[in-house]
Amino acid sequence: MSSKIDEEKKGSPMLIALAWLLVCIPAAWGIYNTALNAMKLFR
Amino acid sequence: MAVLSFLDYERSVARPGFSRWLVPPAALAVHLSIGQVYSFSVFKNPLLALKAADGTLWSLKEIGYIFSIAIAVLGLSAALFGKWLETAGPRKAMFVAATCFGSGFVIAALGVTLHSLALIYLGYGVVGGVGLGLGYISPVSTLIKWFPDRPGLATGLAIMGFGGGAMIGSPLGTKLMAFYKTSDHPPIAAAWVTMGLLYFVFMMFGVFTVRVPQKDWKPSGWTPKPSQSALISTHNVDVNSAFITPQFWLLWIVLCMNVTAGIGILEQAAPMIQDLFKGSVSPAAAAGFVGVLSLFNMAGRFFWASTSDFIGRKPTYMIFFTAGAVLYALLPFTGTDHLNSVAFFVLIAGLLISMYGGGFATIPAYLKDLFGGYHVSAIHGRLLTAWSTAGIVGPLIVNGILDYYVAQHIPKQEAYPVILHIMAGLLIVGFLANLLVRPVAERYWVKTTIPVTVGGEA
Repeated sequence: MSSKIDEEKKGSPMLIALAWLLVCIPAAWGIYNTALNAMKLFR
Repeated sequence: MAVLSFLDYERSVARPGFSRWLVPPAALAVHLSIGQVYSFSVFKNPLLALKAADGTLWSLKEIGYIFSIAIAVLGLSAALFGKWLETAGPRKAMFVAATCFGSGFVIAALGVTLHSLALIYLGYGVVGGVGLGLGYISPVSTLIKWFPDRPGLATGLAIMGFGGGAMIGSPLGTKLMAFYKTSDHPPIAAAWVTMGLLYFVFMMFGVFTVRVPQKDWKPSGWTPKPSQSALISTHNVDVNSAFITPQFWLLWIVLCMNVTAGIGILEQAAPMIQDLFKGSVSPAAAAGFVGVLSLFNMAGRFFWASTSDFIGRKPTYMIFFTAGAVLYALLPFTGTDHLNSVAFFVLIAGLLISMYGGGFATIPAYLKDLFGGYHVSAIHGRLLTAWSTAGIVGPLIVNGILDYYVAQHIPKQEAYPVILHIMAGLLIVGFLANLLVRPVAERYWVKTTIPVTVGGEA
């Protein structure tokens, strides 16, 4: 098969988890703050 | 410069074993940063209170131009530099975006220190705006290349980050200003320098992480299926040819109408809920409503773009335009004079804003379906002028009608049904444009041999 299907070993799961964590932490902080603000509508 | 050679396209080609799941975080790092622009309003009041040496103050209108310039330059730079991005690659484009966005804050901080509005316009508006435009489109074609099996999901993830960026930028800006105020530093200038540095570093994570796939790469176990829809092209169209196709301009109308209608709610969210439910919604609760809309906006970007992978792009926009028009027409009837249901109002507005966000997030995959992946970032960049146009037209319609009612001494709440029914009408225009979308004619296809996969890309 001429195409380079990624038959090789996958990237490190730890590295992938770290990369996602790095973007998810600030995103979660932002969502938390927004959710706190949104709760004012229901008080 | 040799030190910057790591930015070269060749250096960003993935080595065997690189996981494609590292690319969405790289794209998110950029979009979560540049999404800060939508939280610029947190600086409005501090800027209004800022006195020059001679005691002069800036007006709300003058400060409002900072955001408007940034959004206008976003559209222009995405349109102008999109083609360059296709040859330079995502890494170089992200680096330029990070440099412009970060330094834009620093220049604007100098403008605050010198009380020079022109410097703020130049820094945050022009230089930062170039960062916004390049940053917005830079990961799009790369994500589509890595995820030929789920282009909607991949681009939806990144563009969801832009929606989430405001949620980070707003508390970050507020907390930094509060911190510098207590530590005896000029709060706005110090906050902007800090934000410029923080965003630059965060975006550099994206620069170092992003990779482009090797030529002919395909996801493991994935074989391109025969196209299920005539709207999913097996051919590529270059950006200049795409620009003269009817399909490009139909999608331009689709995006412009969807965004204009969404801005109709977003622009007036807090005053609208207070006017429609006079006396029962406090200013704090109205601010909470804005927060609820932000959450729907972000979630809608991911949900609708991912859904479009299964139901198709054209049907997804058909849902936006049909359900959206009905919901806009219904919205005024939730007010005190009719149903008097705040919960129903919030639910409908939330659904509408989810479709507003979904429209942004689904458009790159729609472009890829019609024009192939060859120049999709550049084509997307040119299409974003629809956003800039909507950013001007939407507030003009809303504020123009509200101003007229106030000038005629008619209660403001009577203006909302008119505004919302106009928005429903705009969605019908979008519906017709979407209905007319047909496959791109053969004469526009790229003639040279570019390897293409069905549902894949060059």
